[in-house]
Amino acid sequence: MRFLSSSPEDRIPARAGVGLKAEHYRTIIDTAPDVGFFEVHAENYMGAGGPPHRYLSAVRERYPLSLHGVGLSIGADRPLDEDHIKRLGELRRRYTPGLFSEHLAWSTHDAGFLNDLLPVPYTSGTLQRVVEHIDQVQTALGCEMLLENPSTYVAFVESTYAETDFIAEVARRSGCGLLLDVNNVFVASTNQQWDPVAYIEGYPLASVKEIHLAGNRRQADEIGRPLLIDTHDRPVEDAVWYLYELAIRLIGPVPTLIEWDAEVPPWPTLAGEAERAEAIMAANRPEMPRDAAAC
Amino acid sequence: MQPLAELQRSFAAALLDPALPTPAGLVGPDGKPSSRRFAVYRNNVIVGLTQTLKDAYPAVHGIVGSEFFLALARAYVVGDLPRSPMLFDYGAGFPDFIGQFEPASVLPYLADVARIERAWTEAYHAAEASPIGLSAFVEIAPDRIPAITLELHPSVRIVRSRFPALTIWQMNVDGGIPGPVDLAAGGENAIVVRPEADVEVRSIPNGSPEFIHALASGRPVLAAFEEANAADPTFDLSANLSDLILAGMVVGFGFAQEPLGT
Repeated sequence: MRFLSSSPEDRIPARAGVGLKAEHYRTIIDTAPDVGFFEVHAENYMGAGGPPHRYLSAVRERYPLSLHGVGLSIGADRPLDEDHIKRLGELRRRYTPGLFSEHLAWSTHDAGFLNDLLPVPYTSGTLQRVVEHIDQVQTALGCEMLLENPSTYVAFVESTYAETDFIAEVARRSGCGLLLDVNNVFVASTNQQWDPVAYIEGYPLASVKEIHLAGNRRQADEIGRPLLIDTHDRPVEDAVWYLYELAIRLIGPVPTLIEWDAEVPPWPTLAGEAERAEAIMAANRPEMPRDAAAC
Repeated sequence: MQPLAELQRSFAAALLDPALPTPAGLVGPDGKPSSRRFAVYRNNVIVGLTQTLKDAYPAVHGIVGSEFFLALARAYVVGDLPRSPMLFDYGAGFPDFIGQFEPASVLPYLADVARIERAWTEAYHAAEASPIGLSAFVEIAPDRIPAITLELHPSVRIVRSRFPALTIWQMNVDGGIPGPVDLAAGGENAIVVRPEADVEVRSIPNGSPEFIHALASGRPVLAAFEEANAADPTFDLSANLSDLILAGMVVGFGFAQEPLGT
C-alpha cells in the first residue's frame, strides 16, 4: 500500500528529538531549544480541550511532531477499538504529525485497559492477527504506521519465530515501517539471553524510520539472572549508546527520540541526551541522512 | 497450541489476581516457568494505575498518606480498570468508591475532597469556549431579564458537601498548609471552572448550586432564581448573576420561549 507523503514542513528530520512532557511545556515555548522534533503519547491529547491542547498547538507551530500511540492493543486477539482509531485520526488531522508509531503488544481485554505493553507469542496465528490490525489502522488513518519492537520479561514456549524474523514478516506483509527501540533491544536481549548485536544486525533495518532511546533498571529473577525493566526514568545507559552507534553505522542518521516518562528531569538533562545522540549521528553521517515522513 | 484469545484471557486474569498461578507456557531463557518474570507485568499494571490515581487525587493522597492510599487505590484498580487507554479520564468512580471503602469511614469528608479533585480533572480537559462579559447584557431590556437562558462554560462543575471539603482540599494541595478543621462547622459548596487556561475553584453560597444546576439544564433566570430561593431565602440574584458572568462561567445566552412564572 502506498500513501500520500506529508508536506515538507511536517517531515521529521534525521536529528534527535525529545518526548514532550508537561513539566517542560513552558521552558520549550519560552526558550525554543534547538531539538529536531517532539514526540507525544497520543492518548494524553485525546481530551476535548484545555492546557494539553493549548501547549501542544504552540509546540507544533515551532517543531515537527511525531505521534506515538500506547493504547491501540495491536497484538490482542480481539477487534481493535474503532472509537480509538477515530480519535487517532482526529489527532492526525489536527496536528499533522510526520510519523505515527505503535507497539507490538496488547493492552486491552474484557476487564478493560490493562495499562501495560503485554507480550505476544511469535506464531503464525499472531502474525496474521497483527497484520490484519495494522492493515486496518493504516487504511483508517490513510498513512503508514511504524511498529515498535517490545521489551519483554518472559518468552512463550509456543513461539516459532525469532522476534526479528517475526517483525520482518509483519513489515513485509503489512507494508508498515519500523521503529527500532534500542533500549528495548537491550532489555529483551538481556532478559532472553539473546545477543543484542546480532539482534540489531538481524533487524529489518531497511524499514527503520525512527529510533527510540531510554533508560532501564536492573533487577534479578528468582535464580539471580539479570532482569532488566523498561522504566524510562533515567539516562540511557552506555551499552545502549554502544548499540545505538552500531545501528546508526548500519542505517545512517535517522530520527532518534529520547524517551523519559517517569521521574522527569530538568530540561537540560534531556537536551544533553539529545546532543549525545546527535553527536553520534554527526560522526556517522552518510551523504543522504534518512529524515522521515510516513504519516 | 492454545488459541491466542485463550492465552490472553488467562494472562489477563492472572495479572489481576495474584492468587492465580503464572499462565502455562510463559518461561525464562532456560525454557522453565518463572513467576518472578511474570510478576513484572503484574506489578506494572497495579503500579501504573495506582500512580495515575495518585496524580489525579493529590489531596486525597496527602490526607491519607502513601501506604493507605496504595491500599485504597489497589482495591479500586482491580475492580474498576480503565475503560479506555485515555488515562487522564481514569478514576471517575474513585470518589464513590472512597465513600464505600470501610477503612476510610473515619474520614467522612474524604469522598467529597475526591469529588473536588475529579471536578478539577474534568474541568482541565473540558472543551474550549469563550466567556462573555457583563457588557454583552447591557442592551437587554430589564423586563426580558427573567426569560434569559444562559449557556454555561463546558468546564463548570459543582461539588456540594456536608463537610468543609473545600477548605480541607485547599489545605492539602500544592501550597496548602494543613491545620485544624472543625468538621461540625457546616457544609461547603465548591464551583470548579476553567474559563481560560487555568482551573479555578471557589466557594459559592447556599442556593447557588440550585441556581447553577437550573441554568445548566436550560431553565431561564427567573425559574432558576425560584429554585435557589427555595433552598435559601436570602439568595441574592443580582450578586450571583454577576459573579457567574465575571468568573467566566457564561459563554452565551438566549431567551426562553415557554411562559415564565411559577
